[in-house]
Amino acid sequence: MNHKLQEDQPIFLQIADVIEKSIVDGNIKAHEQIPSTNVFSKQYQINPATAAKGINLLVDQQILYKKRGVGMFVTEKAFHVILEKRKNRFYDSLMVPLLIEAKRLNLSKDQLKQWIEEGLDDSY
Amino acid sequence: MTVIKADQLTKSYKGEQALDALTVQFEGDKIIGLLGKNGAGKTTLMRLLAGHFKQTSGNITINDQEPFNNYFLTRDICFIQENNNFFEKFKVNEVIQLASQFYPNWDEEEANQLLKTFQLNRKQKINALSKGMLSALGIIVGIASHAPITIFDEPYIGLDASYRSVFYDKLLESYQSNKRMIILSTHLIDEVSRLFEEVAILHEGKLHLHEISEQLKDNHWLLRGKKETIDQETNHLNVIHSSEFLGKKTVVVYDTINEQHETIEYDKLSLQQLFVYLTKEEVAQDGQ
Repeated sequence: MNHKLQEDQPIFLQIADVIEKSIVDGNIKAHEQIPSTNVFSKQYQINPATAAKGINLLVDQQILYKKRGVGMFVTEKAFHVILEKRKNRFYDSLMVPLLIEAKRLNLSKDQLKQWIEEGLDDSY
Repeated sequence: MTVIKADQLTKSYKGEQALDALTVQFEGDKIIGLLGKNGAGKTTLMRLLAGHFKQTSGNITINDQEPFNNYFLTRDICFIQENNNFFEKFKVNEVIQLASQFYPNWDEEEANQLLKTFQLNRKQKINALSKGMLSALGIIVGIASHAPITIFDEPYIGLDASYRSVFYDKLLESYQSNKRMIILSTHLIDEVSRLFEEVAILHEGKLHLHEISEQLKDNHWLLRGKKETIDQETNHLNVIHSSEFLGKKTVVVYDTINEQHETIEYDKLSLQQLFVYLTKEEVAQDGQ
């Protein structure tokens, strides 16, 4: 789980994101334990309360669950919850900037369509 | 739980006001960043907390007690200053022994480990230590004191980046195993901002801002776009900085924004950048 934190984003969201990425990439699977708040705090030199906030956010979203006295674990449906969440975010965070830039460059509809089709056919 | 209250706290030195009716409250076992430009009053506030001298007017209390001339309270406060922390003729060993007798929660094992980590020898004389090693000794005493209130005022003069990183690691480690209030004053904001749970900014002897660190990120925005659009979107907001370049206007607002305009770029600043915008003189004048 190596990933450099950005200064201009809330740290707790970045911690949540690091965990989500490792779940989506298959590095941690359902019912496996994630590192503790203290380990996150040490790894990234951040306040443990901030790490806890990021982890609790994922508990609220049913991506993680708590085993009392043991630690935090990945839920059965974590993978799907994250995928759905990312699909919803896709339009706002990627499509909107893409469209704004396309308008700025005066790109035609056909050109855009063609690129998207080509891109989907190539196996990215 | 520790509660520090400053109420209308004023301290003047020969007519110069270092603190000007400062009112602020810190509570809980948190790591708190105390920021401010040179001369903002940070050191004065920390010295008043440590009971070094008495205020000119107003009140300062720690758990409802006044720190000045209060032996029982000062044992619970470990204040590490930028320099002159230790008597020059002592040896490292004597400093450690004295501290271990003064602070009731002293952790000798942790002190030994830290001496090793920072490669300090107990037999060395204080006046023979380099600046960096003197800072390291201050850090060791501060951490091993386990004082319920530990205050570091720019504790790492002369310490290189690698040892500073060790300091952050050790401070976090110690804090996690033994939660207490830690107040850290620094100019190296980008390096340590992630350690802070709360941030207080002093400006000209007054409290400029006191906020939960993560909240600060929510409370400000950097906006970039066409001048007219920016002006229209920000005229009712608290603008703390604005500039124009290449036909685009950039403003920093300290405010919340619920709806984003589609032709404006929205961004966040680091704590250090935000601090600069909040405390620059032009800003103070704009606000008047």
